[in-house]
Amino acid sequence: MRLRVLESGPLTTVQDQGRPGHAALGVAASGALDPAALRLANRIVGNPESAAGLELTLGGLVVQCDGPCVLAVTGAPVVVRVDAGALRAHGSGSAVPVPRGAIVGIAPPVAGLRSWLAVRGGLDVPVLLGSASTDLLAGFGSPLAVGDALVVGPEPSAPVPALDQAPVSVPATGALEVRVVLGPHDDWFTADALDALASGWTVDERSNRVGLRLRGEHVTRRAEAAGRELPSAPMVPGALQVPPEGRPVVFLADHPVTGGYPVLACVLAADLPLLAQAVPGQTVRFRPVTGPPLPGARAAAR
Amino acid sequence: MRWRAFGATAALLELDDLESVLGLHARIEVERDAGRLPQLLEVVPAARTLLLHCATPDDLATAARHVDGLDPLATTERGASVEPVRLPVRYDGPDLDDVADLLGVDPAEVRARHLQTRWTVAFTGFAPGFGYLVADGDSGLEVPRLPEPRTSVPAGAVGLAGEFSGVYPRSSPGGWRLIGTCTAATWDEERDPPALLRPGTPVVFEEAP
Repeated sequence: MRLRVLESGPLTTVQDQGRPGHAALGVAASGALDPAALRLANRIVGNPESAAGLELTLGGLVVQCDGPCVLAVTGAPVVVRVDAGALRAHGSGSAVPVPRGAIVGIAPPVAGLRSWLAVRGGLDVPVLLGSASTDLLAGFGSPLAVGDALVVGPEPSAPVPALDQAPVSVPATGALEVRVVLGPHDDWFTADALDALASGWTVDERSNRVGLRLRGEHVTRRAEAAGRELPSAPMVPGALQVPPEGRPVVFLADHPVTGGYPVLACVLAADLPLLAQAVPGQTVRFRPVTGPPLPGARAAAR
Repeated sequence: MRWRAFGATAALLELDDLESVLGLHARIEVERDAGRLPQLLEVVPAARTLLLHCATPDDLATAARHVDGLDPLATTERGASVEPVRLPVRYDGPDLDDVADLLGVDPAEVRARHLQTRWTVAFTGFAPGFGYLVADGDSGLEVPRLPEPRTSVPAGAVGLAGEFSGVYPRSSPGGWRLIGTCTAATWDEERDPPALLRPGTPVVFEEAP
């Protein structure tokens, strides 16, 4: 069975739980920006949680199914229209039965940015280092394009669970607050940088799966770190990197595995799904929390 | 060693020099092979740092205490006994003559030095499968990067920059001085594993037939 792409939407990519553990080869983890949301979509249609699905940015996807299938959408809440002669509209968080030949359209979300679509059987797409995830920076896979045909895998052994509706959480439209651990290079910056973290920045429209770009108050270095160069260092998702012009970028799943600019703070992995829903113009604030206990820690340094 | 938190479950360990990075990375891999650092999900070396990644803050604290007690400069047998990856090269790079001029030798000497040196993958980055190779000892091949990077370097190009040599795994922009072409694929998505070079791998170049 195949899903034929009639409209791709602004950015739709194949994602699963990613390929962690290969950074030493120069490969980022990639994967769904809200892994739990994709796992939920998979559970709703009776798939293993690890199955490959689609990550939609601002909806807009239209597909035609050449056989009967069941799909589910999670994340930013959307309306799923199924046109099989008669039009039926469904919401997020429930199993949507799709008859053979029906056209399925996903509307833009009412709040938030990204939604995840699972189809019963999962997507049967090429796997690299254990994952089907599209990595836009590394160039593994590419965004869906009109005319693509996505092969759906065989029917899983588990039935579609008897569940009317999974809880749908609507992403916040006001200011977002996420937790950070300061460092590793917080001592490169002035004390004003901590105030800037707390008051936050505005999400820039050039944000993508590589990083959330922020604009607003510039982060300034201490005088002694002004001209300093950072020898290329490993990066992780959530790293709030500050290039010389002072506008921070928070790295997301398709981040570069190494970077040459200092990192003021790092967003907790548990809070990254909040940033996956941050829309351009929205304010994001960063709240420092205690970091892990490390040998010779500078616990009292600040 | 200076420990820096990198989020709740990772730490960046700052070291004095690349030699310490290579040494400590090798020591950590010996410990992991022996099952003594089960908390570590991932160890990523870079130019002056090692990233240690665990599942929980407690695991990180335990692993960090253990790593903190290791001597970065203690010699390990690991690597010495590993058969090097042999990379076939044609010395036909567009910068070969310039590199020779910079070093005050002729191009044949550049080729000879590159072939005689035993290299080790210090770390990766820039692109999947791109290994930064450092010489065991002095390669006699240290040259600065190009003042102006090329907008496109072909896949397989063998370059020199600073103390490093490397092979571009695919076409990309790049500022290294190109001395040759490697005829083996250093990154192949159809191969398992796709990367030929991982940190710690010994490498020697040989003339392509």
